[in-house]
Amino acid sequence: MKMSGADIVLESLKRLGVDVVFGYPGGVVLPLYDRLPAHPEVRHILVRHEQGGGHMAEGYAKASGRLGVALATSGPGATNLVTAIQDAMMDSLPTLFVTGNVARNLLGKDGFQEADITGITMPAVKHNYLVMRVEDIAYTFAEGAYIATTGRPGPVHIDIPKDVFIEETEFVWPEKVSIRGYKPATTGHPGQVKKAAEIIDAAERPIIIGGHGVILGNAHDELRRFAEKTGTPVLNTLLGLGSIPRDHVLSYGMLGMHGSYEANHAASNADVIIGIGNRMDDRALGRFADFNPTAKLIHIDIDPAEHNKNVPAHVPIVGDVKLVLPQLIEAVSQNSHVDWLHWIDDLRQAHGHSMAVPSGPELSVQHIVRRISEMSPDATIVTGVGQHQMWAAQHMKFTRPHQLITSGGLGTMGFEVPAALGAQVARPGETVWAICGDGGFQMTLQELATMVDARTPVKMAIMNNGYLGMVRQWQELFYQDNYVSVAMTQPDFLKLADAYGIHAIRVTEKEQVDDAIREAEGHAGPVIVDFQVQAEGNVWPMVPAGAALKETVEAPRDASEVRS
Amino acid sequence: MKHTVVALVEDRPGVLNRVASLFRRRGFNIDSLAVGTTEEQGISRMTIVVDGGAGIVEQVEKQLYKLIDVVKVSDLTKEEAVIRELVLVKVRCNREQRRDVLDLVDIFRAQAVDVSPSSMIIQSVADEDRNDALIENLRPFGIRELTRTGRVAMVRGAKTTAVNESESAELQRFHHDSGRRPEGDLPFVSD
Ligand SMILES: Cc1cc2nc3c(=O)[nH]c(=O)nc-3n(C[C@H](O)[C@H](O)[C@H](O)COP(=O)(O)OP(=O)(O)OC[C@H]3O[C@@H](n4cnc5c(N)ncnc54)[C@H](O)[C@@H]3O)c2cc1C
Ligand SMILES: Cc1ncc(C[n+]2csc(CCOP(=O)(O)OP(=O)(O)O)c2C)c(N)n1
Ligand SMILES: [Mg+2]
Repeated sequence: MKMSGADIVLESLKRLGVDVVFGYPGGVVLPLYDRLPAHPEVRHILVRHEQGGGHMAEGYAKASGRLGVALATSGPGATNLVTAIQDAMMDSLPTLFVTGNVARNLLGKDGFQEADITGITMPAVKHNYLVMRVEDIAYTFAEGAYIATTGRPGPVHIDIPKDVFIEETEFVWPEKVSIRGYKPATTGHPGQVKKAAEIIDAAERPIIIGGHGVILGNAHDELRRFAEKTGTPVLNTLLGLGSIPRDHVLSYGMLGMHGSYEANHAASNADVIIGIGNRMDDRALGRFADFNPTAKLIHIDIDPAEHNKNVPAHVPIVGDVKLVLPQLIEAVSQNSHVDWLHWIDDLRQAHGHSMAVPSGPELSVQHIVRRISEMSPDATIVTGVGQHQMWAAQHMKFTRPHQLITSGGLGTMGFEVPAALGAQVARPGETVWAICGDGGFQMTLQELATMVDARTPVKMAIMNNGYLGMVRQWQELFYQDNYVSVAMTQPDFLKLADAYGIHAIRVTEKEQVDDAIREAEGHAGPVIVDFQVQAEGNVWPMVPAGAALKETVEAPRDASEVRS
Repeated sequence: MKHTVVALVEDRPGVLNRVASLFRRRGFNIDSLAVGTTEEQGISRMTIVVDGGAGIVEQVEKQLYKLIDVVKVSDLTKEEAVIRELVLVKVRCNREQRRDVLDLVDIFRAQAVDVSPSSMIIQSVADEDRNDALIENLRPFGIRELTRTGRVAMVRGAKTTAVNESESAELQRFHHDSGRRPEGDLPFVSD
C-alpha cells in the first residue's frame, strides 16, 4: 500500500517507539500536521516557541533515557530550534529534531521561509539529513534514531522539503541499519583493562570521577560495585550527579568550579584518577596543566576523541562503561583505602563552612533546595543556569540516575521550564521540581501555557533574587563590585501565574518554606512558588576561571554559618 | 610538522562541508585538501595535509572518525608513500626566452603543455618540494598564473588505505544519493 511522506514520517516514529512529539506548525509542515489525527499513538504537544519544544525533547530524553523528538516548520521555526540542538550536542542527549523546508524546486532559491537549516545545524549535531526523496524517509528515520541513541548519544536533525511529505511510495521499514562509517565502541581492549587494573591495585590514594557517561550508559550499578570493590571514593561532575547515590559512603559529591573543598583537594592529591564517562571538561577540572599532573589518569570513554583532548591519559580505555566496568571489576583486587577516606573526611570537617547553608533568618536558596530534597527525595529536579543551579548541585541529595536534569555544557538559561515539562511528560504521576532562576524563568515562560494545555503538574520554584545572580557574583568578585546590567525589576510572578490559571504561592520567610513545598506538592496542577530569596548570596567554594582545583577559594569564614 | 591524512568518505552532498567545518571549528590548519572518486563506488578519497604536532594529528583523526560519513582514516606520515601534486604555471616568455624555460622544464622533468607568443603553460607532477623549486626557478621570467592541486598520496607496496566493507546496492543508493536532487522534473510547485 502506498503512503504519503507525512504518513511515513509518523509511521516511522511509531516504529521507533516515539509516543510524543513537541512541535509547532507552519506552512511547510502542514501536510504532516494534516495527518497527525490519523496516528493517535503519536501525541503532539503544541509548544509556544520552538526553543521550548527543543528543551522539552531534551528533558524528556534525560528523564526517560529514550529518544526525545521536536518538530518545527522551515525558516524561523527551524532556526528557533538551534539553541536546543546545540544544548543536546554539548550534553550528549539522544534527540531527534525534525524540520520542514520549502519544496524541492525552491531549495536554494531563497524561497519564502527558506533557511539552509542543515547547513546551520551541521556543526551542532551528531548527524543531519536533507531528505530529497519520499523513498528515503523511512530509512533516514531508522538510521537517524540509531545514530542518536547509540554510542555517544546526541542530536540528529532531519530536514524534509514540503513536497516530499506529499509524494507517495510504499512504506518499507528497514530490517536493520548498517553504516560503515559508524561503529560505536563496545568492550574495552583487554590489554588496556589489565594495565588499568594493575595501576588501580597499586594505588594508595585513588579517586573516581563519575561522569554523565555512567548515566547515559545506564551503568550506575556497575559504578557502585566497582567503587565498593576497590574502596575508591567517587566524585561526580555536575552531569554525573546521581550516578552513585549521594548517601553512599563512597560518594563525595561534585568537583569543579563550584565543587566542594574536599572533592577538589581529593582530586588534586590523588595518585590515581579514574575518569569514567566524563569528558574532562574545564569546569570540572580547572586549569588543565595543573590538574594533578603527577597522578596516573585512567580514562574510560566511548568516544576516543575525548582521550588526550584536554589532559593526557596514561591508560585510555575506549568502550561502553556498561561493558568496560564489569571487565575492570573482574580484573581488580578487593581493596580499601581507609586512611585516604579519613584524610578527605577530615578536610570536609575542617572546611565545612565553605559550603554551608546559611543558618541565619535570611531566606536562602541553599535552605530551600535542601528542604525540597529532604521532603521530596525521589523528585526529579530540573534547574536553570546560574547560582541556583550550583546550589541545587551542592545541596540536593541525588540518589538515582536521571534525577538531576540540567544544562551543563552549553549552560542555557531558560532550559528549566520547558525541560521540566518534558521530564514530567516522561514521568507522569511523579514529582518534578523546576528550580528556576528569576532570569532564566523569563526566557521561556511562554511554556506555562503549554503546561496548562498538556496538564503537566510541574512544581516551579522561582529563586527570585532580583539579579542575574551568577553574573552579579562575578562582577562582585572579579570586577570590583561594578554591577552592570544585572539587577532586574521582576514582574509580579503571582499575577503572572494567575494570567495562565496556574496556582501560585509567595514565600518571603524561612518559616514558610516547608508549608509552601507541601502545598505545591499537594496541588494537582502546575504550581509556581515565588521564593523571594536573599539578593546577594554567593556560591562557595569557587575555583576562579583559569585557576587550578587546588586553588579553590573558600567562603569568607562566618560564625553564623554551619554545615549539617 | 606536515602530516598526510587520507580519509575515505561517503560521496554525499555536504560531506566536504562537514570536513571543512570540522577543521575550521577545531582550529586545525589545512595546507591542502584534494578530493576525488576511488576504486569503490560511492566512496571518495580525501587527502588532507595538516600542519601540527602529534597531538593535533591524533585529534584530527579521531574527530574525523566521529563524522558519520567518514568511513576510514589513515595517517600516511609514517608510511613509505608516493606523494604527488600537479602544478600548472603560466609563465611570461617570449620567443627568445623560450629555450631557457624549456631547459628548466627538462631539468625538473616537467612538461610544456601550451605555448603562445608571450607565454607558456608548464605542467609538473612531483612532490611539493620539487614543484616549489621549479616555481622558484620560473619566477624570474614572471609568473602570470599558478595553480596547484594539493597533495595526493598512496602507500608503497601491497598495503592500501581502501575500505574493507562494501555496502548492498540498496544501502549504496541511500548513502550515495540521499540529499541529492532527483533527476528530471519535480512533480510539485510550492505555494
Ligand atoms: C554555571 C555552571 C557551572 C558549572 N560548574 C561545574 C562544576 O563545578 N563542576 C562540574 O563538574 N561541572 C560544572 N558545570 C558543567 C560543565 O560545564 C560540564 O557540563 C560537565 O562537567 C560535563 O560533565 P561530564 O563530562 O560528566 O558529561 P558530558 O559532557 O555529558 O560528557 C559525557 C562523556 O561520557 C562519554 N560517554 C557517553 N556515553 C558513554 C558510555 N556509554 N560509555 C562510556 N562513555 C560514555 C561521552 O563520550 C562524554 O565524553 C557547570 C555548568 C554551568 C552551566
Ligand atoms: C541564554 C543565556 N544567556 C546568558 C547566559 C549567561 N549567564 C549565566 S548565569 C546568568 C544569570 C542567571 O540568572 P538567574 O536565572 O536569575 O539565576 P541566578 O544566578 O540568579 O540564580 C547569566 C546571565 C546564559 N548562561 N544563558
Ligand atoms: Mg536570579
